[in-house]
Amino acid sequence: MDEGLRSELSKQGVFTTTLEDLYNWGRKNSIWPLGFGLACCAIEMIAASMARWDLARFGAEVFRPSPRQADLMIVAGTVTKKMAPQVVRLYNQMPEPKYVIAMGACAISGGPFKQGYNVLKGIDRYIPVDVHIPGCPPRPEALLHAFMTLQRKIDEQALTGAQRPRHLVAEAPSEYPVPEFGEHDLEPPSNPAVWQPPVLVRGE
Amino acid sequence: METLDQIKARIEAAVTAASVQIVPNANPEGQSSLLVDNPHALATARFLREDAALRLDYASNVNGVDWLDAVIQEKRKVKQVIEGVEREIEQTTELKKPGYLEAVYHLYSMELKHGPLILRLRTGNRTDNTRVPSLTPVWRGAEFQEREAYDLYGIVFDGHPDLRRILMWDEFKDFPMRKDYAEPDDYEYEPTPHDELLEKARRHYPAEGGA
Repeated sequence: MDEGLRSELSKQGVFTTTLEDLYNWGRKNSIWPLGFGLACCAIEMIAASMARWDLARFGAEVFRPSPRQADLMIVAGTVTKKMAPQVVRLYNQMPEPKYVIAMGACAISGGPFKQGYNVLKGIDRYIPVDVHIPGCPPRPEALLHAFMTLQRKIDEQALTGAQRPRHLVAEAPSEYPVPEFGEHDLEPPSNPAVWQPPVLVRGE
Repeated sequence: METLDQIKARIEAAVTAASVQIVPNANPEGQSSLLVDNPHALATARFLREDAALRLDYASNVNGVDWLDAVIQEKRKVKQVIEGVEREIEQTTELKKPGYLEAVYHLYSMELKHGPLILRLRTGNRTDNTRVPSLTPVWRGAEFQEREAYDLYGIVFDGHPDLRRILMWDEFKDFPMRKDYAEPDDYEYEPTPHDELLEKARRHYPAEGGA
């Protein structure tokens, strides 16, 4: 809708909107996270949901105990290789549209355990992550910032055209392969469809 | 608590044919320990728990230790007749010490408020004879810790009620805390690698010189 016409109409007391704006406005203000935590970051996530930081201001206070009712997965904490298949399975069980916030150094990269043999070097090896938060652990403010970033991302999603989100593309995958427990490591060690190893590019 | 020598003597008196050895520890704390032979370990553990003067009713720690095969070089001065003259020369003898795994128990008494007494059990070697008796029947709290020692070191505890991996998944084949464990080759870029990581960085990013 033309921006000038809209402002002209609003001066006359006529409120206009688009279905897309209404739909996204509704979605971004009722993101229900999945109530699960893996380590100390989860404590900060819990703190963010309580009175002092009050996640309810963003419509996201309803932590769901079941993935079937959740829109958002906050991967809060160290993802060990033993836990990674379960995290992917939970993500697969969430209905579309679904989003992922990787919270803290461990969830985004393995953190202090990155070079260890038993910790996954970031959950983005297996599932698509929308917002990464650095920090060890990140403060609740950082989680709130991630929430606002995610809300902005949802708000900007076009519902038609080539840029429409994954859940509106019929052939896009909504399930991601769950890694198997191998004899020495997870198999495969990462999902090439969502993640490629970093390539070093050096400036002069 | 009695001294280790006294305890050793009393164990040998109470448990027939038990062979107990004191493993000295020269560090300032001087926490020397008792090495018990495997066939009599369970009886010894029962004695340590039941004895009225010891009453070691609490196993606070169960540790695994990996001792690699070692070659000990020993230098000795030997007198030899060389070209008709008796001279003193240095002779080096190499002693091969086979490796083994150890389970170390730290025992305390809640009742008499003393401890720790450190108990060691040794496996035959590191490869095909990695069995020691489980002391879980005596100290129930050792159950998970023995499972952990089995998971990370591969020490098989005979008589353990439920010996499964506890930290790694069941399909996992390696024992990660062993000194010769080869971890999966999945190094990723690190801004400031050092020591062993630097070696890995050089291997994975040779053009960068590891930096």
